[in-house]
Amino acid sequence: MDYGLIFLTLSPEFVLAVAAMAVMGLDLTVLKGTSRIYRMTAAAGVMAIGIFTAILLLQYYVKDASFPLGMLVQNPLNLLVKKVILFVALTIGLLATEVRFTRNVGEYYALLMLATIGMMLLVSTENLLLLFVALELTSLSLYVLAGYNERSRESAEAGMKYFLFGGMSAAFLLFGFSYLYGLGGTLDLGSLGLALSAHAADPLLSVALILVVIGFGFKLAAVPFHFWAPDTYQGAPIASTMLIGSASKVAGGYAFLKLLLIGFGAGGWSGSGETITGWAPLLALIAVLSMVFGNLAALAQTSVRRLLGYSAVAHAGYLLLGFFGSESDAYHSVVFYLTVYALTTVGAFGVIAAVQGKGRDLTLRDFAGFSRKSPEMALCLLVFILSLAGIPPLAGFAGKFYLFAAALKSDPGHMGMLAAVSIGVVMSAVSLYYYLQLLKQVFVADPIGPVLRVKAGFLGRSMILLLAFCVITLGCAPGIFLDLITGAVISVSR
Amino acid sequence: MLAWTIILSFAGALGVLLVPKALVRWVALVVACAGLACGFFGAIEFGGGPVSMSIVDLPWIAPLGVRFALEADGIGVTLVLLTGIAAVVGVLFSWNIEKRLSEYFAFFLTLIGGVYGVFLSADLFLLFVFYEIAIVPKYFLIAIWGGTRKDYGAMKLVLYSFAGSALVLIGILAAFVAAGGSSFALIDLAQAEYSVEFQRWAFPLVFVGFAVLAGLWPFHTWAPTGHVAAPTPVSMLLAGVVMKLGAYGALKVALPLFPEGAIFWRDILAALAVTGIVYGGLVAMTQKDFKFVIGYSSVSHMGFVLLGVATLNETGLSGAVLQMFSHGILAGLLFGIVGRLVYDRTHTRNLDELKSLNLRVRMPFAAGAFTVAGMASMGMPGFSGFVAELHVLIGAWRSVPVHGIIAGIGVVIGVAYTMKAIQTVFFTDAGDTDPGVETSPTYAPFTVPERAGVWMLSLTSLLIGLYPRILLDWITPTFQTPLYEGLRKGAGW
Repeated sequence: MDYGLIFLTLSPEFVLAVAAMAVMGLDLTVLKGTSRIYRMTAAAGVMAIGIFTAILLLQYYVKDASFPLGMLVQNPLNLLVKKVILFVALTIGLLATEVRFTRNVGEYYALLMLATIGMMLLVSTENLLLLFVALELTSLSLYVLAGYNERSRESAEAGMKYFLFGGMSAAFLLFGFSYLYGLGGTLDLGSLGLALSAHAADPLLSVALILVVIGFGFKLAAVPFHFWAPDTYQGAPIASTMLIGSASKVAGGYAFLKLLLIGFGAGGWSGSGETITGWAPLLALIAVLSMVFGNLAALAQTSVRRLLGYSAVAHAGYLLLGFFGSESDAYHSVVFYLTVYALTTVGAFGVIAAVQGKGRDLTLRDFAGFSRKSPEMALCLLVFILSLAGIPPLAGFAGKFYLFAAALKSDPGHMGMLAAVSIGVVMSAVSLYYYLQLLKQVFVADPIGPVLRVKAGFLGRSMILLLAFCVITLGCAPGIFLDLITGAVISVSR
Repeated sequence: MLAWTIILSFAGALGVLLVPKALVRWVALVVACAGLACGFFGAIEFGGGPVSMSIVDLPWIAPLGVRFALEADGIGVTLVLLTGIAAVVGVLFSWNIEKRLSEYFAFFLTLIGGVYGVFLSADLFLLFVFYEIAIVPKYFLIAIWGGTRKDYGAMKLVLYSFAGSALVLIGILAAFVAAGGSSFALIDLAQAEYSVEFQRWAFPLVFVGFAVLAGLWPFHTWAPTGHVAAPTPVSMLLAGVVMKLGAYGALKVALPLFPEGAIFWRDILAALAVTGIVYGGLVAMTQKDFKFVIGYSSVSHMGFVLLGVATLNETGLSGAVLQMFSHGILAGLLFGIVGRLVYDRTHTRNLDELKSLNLRVRMPFAAGAFTVAGMASMGMPGFSGFVAELHVLIGAWRSVPVHGIIAGIGVVIGVAYTMKAIQTVFFTDAGDTDPGVETSPTYAPFTVPERAGVWMLSLTSLLIGLYPRILLDWITPTFQTPLYEGLRKGAGW
């Protein structure tokens, strides 16, 4: 085995790991005893350098490669998704400097980066075993990140809930993987797909499928595995929420899609009766439940972060609809949507972080009169929220539209898919109601108490503006990014 | 040239946020006038005939076959002109807005830009994008600057609009997939030859989805509450152009794409439209609030548009477009008079209170203007309303005669409630009034922007009434374009 090639392929992850060590080392030695703002800035700076280097490496240095048993697969599409994750993690790292809630700065940033490494591995492996290991690396870092604020009960609750549900679903997932291994006799997704499509229909396969769906359903916060989402979104330190709600969704969603498309065979559903008909009905059910429940539950929320938590549940539902597209459409729509969703989510939470400081949880009413105090941040919030609601010409609309179109195109004339998409469309109309409740406070309502003040500095503000710019650009000219995906998909589709 | 209407409006929306407050009104006025001018010269450039003129055609979202394609046809330019006029008058009537001025005009011009976009789109995806862009600003315009029950009115309006556009979106997606999933161009979709069963269920989805915004009975209830809640210039715009978006969508998307569906559902649609005409008229008659009278009259008049659409023949369809134009002008005028000239000075809209104010003597200009507008809207020959409703009724007589007769009764009801409003508010015998009122201080004189707006709208209506061919020469040939080929074949003309 060529160890040099492995190192080359993994160099971005390696750079990040070094940066994580460096952050911890610096924080314990040179910066010990200095004020928190220095330590925060230094840590964010090191993280930014690490991520920049990693992105450059991905862009210019890392070559396409594939290692035995699908342990590590480096292809253009994986690289693209990794770059998205890195970019999102970078914005989160920089935004996190605005929320100075902890004294253990070095460890916090190190954990952010470790989680990011986990996600990158998750994206680039096509092997059941490494998939699980990468997922655990991500999850374990995220559990700690969620419960990181040692002085907050809510943070502790958030971490605990996330950990308990996460641990349980990881167990299910591993159990499911063991069945898959038993049935296919291999850990490599590609050969597994071949083995399974040759296999006769088997109840054990359905069991394995359900177990796998439970595992990833948790990651995506799809109903009925969503119970952690509102509490974690609300209680965790806000930078942790951003990571859980964005980059972790990108990695989890993409890995799930690959597992289903490759591992269960691309043509493994619908029509041809003798092959695996497993995942379509199950996934459609989960998608519909998520869209309906997430949106209806969000209607009743008063806490902004909780509201976004339930809206995340709904968005997991929309996302799953894209899985039904043809292979090319599924990759296109899911990757595009995940990217857009991640950027929008970080942006929306970024605005909350910018006004929240280390203060209490914000309710809708707290935002009353916000637009008159800080018009440009209010405008950014408008962009993010309307994008989540799927209003053109913002990116969220293009993303959702593509998901729906992909799902319908997969099977024209099939009324079941039309019904699922119709529910999605109707539910996004419902979602507008609660998104407007927030915007109403921001733009319409007169302030009752003191109006929220933007506490973020220049860095935080410019990150938020940058994200808003991305959301608008991706909405007005989705072609820019879709062309990248097209190029990548062509090179990977077999 | 026509593309500039859209670009200028959106640029203007951004511009008013950046210029000093003293200039905001003027910037908005210049942008609106420039939009009207571009629309006017663009219309001349287009020149008429059974063709459509491509303005812009660029690839946009390649994997879905979406193109950024703008196109002008006779119906489009007619409605672009209407939008231009409504925008200019709307800005004039917004002259006295003080609260959060720049934001107001930013939302206002965004709405206008979206409306222009809808009327010029040749790609269904693009049309839908503009359609949605036009919806969101309405919420803020009503919720921030509105009056009576503004929260309720704004939310109701937006939720109805979005429920409608959700139906449309489902229909669009289904049509796109059924047509092969490679193009969103209206013409491609219209020539896709869907199965009859598909057309029969997709048509009502798209038609009703659009028609919600046109005030189709029984989905009209957002209209009166929304109009009453909105500030005056926004009600003028809502009734003037936004309701036309819905009718336009029904005419430009639902009919050409699903002609078989349209023929199948014709009688039911005509029945709904006629119910709207009669019901809107009867309810308008019983209202105590002056603005609600106009609000319900809008539902009634939009019923004529929908009836015209449901006739599926050339006369009726042309009448529908003409009525869209005419109602756009007249509803704007009526709302302007009621909301600005009268309400802002008397501070009451209650008919019983207005009765005692002797407005004929104290506001002769408003009395005269409202009488003219009322006469025009009830269908007096010489004004645009007459020609439009006549076309619709002739068209209806040819294809759905029974509905046509009931709609004729609707015209009579229209005369009744309009006369009642004119008589009650402006011409109640001065002897009935409290003698003390005469001596009370006079109302503020009408400003130049107000007078300019009123004259502009009244003269437009008169012009179209006296010489309807200006518009009909554009509108009628449009139904000979390839887009309506399926409809022509199906309906046999």
